[in-house]
Amino acid sequence: MSVVTNTTTIGAIELPSRRNTELLLLVFAVVIPIFAYANVGLSIHGKLPPGMIAYGGGLAVLAGIAHFVVRRYAKYADPLLLPIGTLLNGLGCVLIWRLDQSQRLQNLAKRQFGHFSESAPRQMMYTALAIALFAAVLLLLKDHRTLQRFTYISMAASLVLLILPVIPGLGADVFGAKIWISVAGFSIQPGEFAKIVIAIFFAGYLMVKRDALALASRRFMGLYLPRGRDLGPILMIWAMSLLVLVFENDLGTSLLFFGMFVIMLYVATERTSWIVIGLVMSVAGAAVVGATASHVKARVTAWLDPFACYTKSGACEQVGQSIMSFGSGGVLGTGWGQGNSDLIGFAANSDFIFSTVGEELGLAGVMAFLLLYGLIIERGVRTALAARDPFGKLFAIGLSGAFALQIFVVAGGVMGLIPLTGMTMPFLASGGSSVLANWALIGILIRISDTARRPAPAPAPSPDSEMTQVVRPS
Amino acid sequence: MSELTLTVMRLGFLAVLWLFVIVAVQVIRSDLFGTRVTQRGSRRGGGNASGAPAQAGRQAAAPPQQRQRRGAPTKLVVSEGTLTGTTVALAGQTITLGRAHDSTIVLDDDYASSRHARIYPDRDGQWIVEDLGSTNGTYLDRTRLTTPTPIPPGAPIRIGKTVIELRK
Repeated sequence: MSVVTNTTTIGAIELPSRRNTELLLLVFAVVIPIFAYANVGLSIHGKLPPGMIAYGGGLAVLAGIAHFVVRRYAKYADPLLLPIGTLLNGLGCVLIWRLDQSQRLQNLAKRQFGHFSESAPRQMMYTALAIALFAAVLLLLKDHRTLQRFTYISMAASLVLLILPVIPGLGADVFGAKIWISVAGFSIQPGEFAKIVIAIFFAGYLMVKRDALALASRRFMGLYLPRGRDLGPILMIWAMSLLVLVFENDLGTSLLFFGMFVIMLYVATERTSWIVIGLVMSVAGAAVVGATASHVKARVTAWLDPFACYTKSGACEQVGQSIMSFGSGGVLGTGWGQGNSDLIGFAANSDFIFSTVGEELGLAGVMAFLLLYGLIIERGVRTALAARDPFGKLFAIGLSGAFALQIFVVAGGVMGLIPLTGMTMPFLASGGSSVLANWALIGILIRISDTARRPAPAPAPSPDSEMTQVVRPS
Repeated sequence: MSELTLTVMRLGFLAVLWLFVIVAVQVIRSDLFGTRVTQRGSRRGGGNASGAPAQAGRQAAAPPQQRQRRGAPTKLVVSEGTLTGTTVALAGQTITLGRAHDSTIVLDDDYASSRHARIYPDRDGQWIVEDLGSTNGTYLDRTRLTTPTPIPPGAPIRIGKTVIELRK
C-alpha cells in the first residue's frame, strides 16, 4: 500500500575501537624496519648485522608499550597514527645506522672533532625516551580541553622557548643558526617543543576571538578585509617570526610559526582574505630578510643555482650533493646501503636525511614516505573534523598543519624546491628534541581523536515520559 | 652478497613499504565514522487496506508537494485542553504531538506521553494520524487508533484531555 513516509533516522554508528587493526599494523610497522636493517647489513658488510636482534626486539618492545598504553587509556583513538609513527621512527633509526657505517662520514668526523661516535644508539635511546613521553602524555592528559586553561601561559612559555637560544651563554651557535641551547651537555632545540606549546595558545586565542575576526570586516575587491585593530594579532605574530628569523637565522622556525597561525586563522574564521594577507606578509618579510641577513642570503644563493657556487660555499655543495643524490636514485633507487648520499657530509643524517631515502629507495621510496606523512596529516585533519569542541578542532588542525608545513619545508629544501632551512624531518632525522616533540604531538593527536571518536553516551531517559498518568476506567 | 640477492631485497623492500601504505589506506576506507542515515521509505501499514480506500491504486505517485487537493484542511486547531485556541498551519510537514520539548505541539497534559502521536500527509496529500505507542492512546472520534488512519474533515482527535481538529 502506499502510505510512504520518507523518514530518516540519524543515529550514531556503534564504533569498534579498532585496537586490533592497530596491533596488526604495528606488527607490520616493526617488521619493515627490521627487514631494512638486515638489508643494510647484508649490502654493506655482507652479513646480517650483529645488533639485529637487539634492535628488532627494542623496537618491538617500544611499540608494544605504546600500543598497550593506547589500548588502556585511549581506547577509541585513531588506529593509524601509532603504526605510521613507529614505522617512520624505525626506518629513521635504520637510515641513521646506515650513515654511521659510512667510511666517509667517519673520516670526516675524525678530522673535524678528533673522534667518531655512532648516532644510531643515541637515536634509539631518544626513541625510548620519546615513547615514555608519549605514554606520559596519554596518562596525564585525560582531556585535551584542560590545556585550554593554559592559553596565555603557553603564549609566554612559547616566547621563552623561542628566545632561549639567543640568550648568551645558553644558546649555542651551530653552523650559523642559533636554534640550539646546551644544558648539561645535551643540546636541545626548543623550537620543536615551542611548536606544540604555541598551538595551544593559537587554539585558545582564536576560539575566543574568531567571531570578531570573521564577522567584523569590509568587503573590498572580493575579499573580506578585517578592521585595522583586528590585524593586531597577525601583525604581532609576523613581527615575532621575523625577529626569530633575524636573531636566530632560522628560516624554518619562523615560517612554521607564521604559517601555522595563518592556517589556524583561516580554519577559525573561514575567510580566504587571511590566507592572502598571510602570503603577502610572509613573502614581503622573507624578501627583506633574504636580501639583508647574510646567513639567509647564502641559503638563497645555494637554492637559486647550487652548481654555480658549488666549489666556493659549503651550503651550495650540500644542496648540490643532495640534488645529485635524488637524481642518482632514479625511480627504484640503488638499494639500502649502496648509495653515495654520505657525500653530503655534515648533516647527512639530520637535515639531509631525506636525500638518503631519495638515493637508496628512489622515487618509489620517496613517494611512499611522503604518503606516510600525508596519512598522518590526513588523520590529524580527520580528527579535527570529528572533534566536538572548537578548541580540540583548532588544536588538532594546528598540530597537523605544523607537521605538514615542517615536512614541506624540509623535503622542499633538500630537493631544491625552496631555500634550505635548518629543520628536521619528523621521526627520520637524528636528534633527540625532534623525536621527543613529534611523539608528544602524536600523543596529543591520539588523545583528541580518542575523545572525538568515543561513542556519544546514550541520551538520558526523558524524565517526563515516566510521569504520564494512566487513565483507569472507573 | 650477490647482486641478485640485493636486487631482490631492494625491490622486495619497496614492495613491502608500499604494501603498508596500501593497507593503511584500506584501514581508512573501512574507518568511516560519525552518523548513519537510514532511509525508512516504503513503510507499509497492513491496516491501510481498509483504512485508506481513497488512495488504493493511486501509487503512480504525484510528488507530495503538489497543489493541495480541493477541500483539503489547511490548519490544525486545538479545540479542548490547556492549549485551546492554538492553530498550526498545515504545510505538508509532519506534526508531532507529545510532551517532549522537541514536539511540534508540546502538550502540557498529564495524560499525554512524551511522544504521543503524529500527523502527516501521505503522498496524495491526505492527512494521516498515527499513534506512537502512547500510554493512554489516541482517539479519532470514539475509536482508539491502532494503525495510521486518514483523518476525515472535522473529526476530533483526542489525546488525553486535549482535542484537536483539522479545519479548512
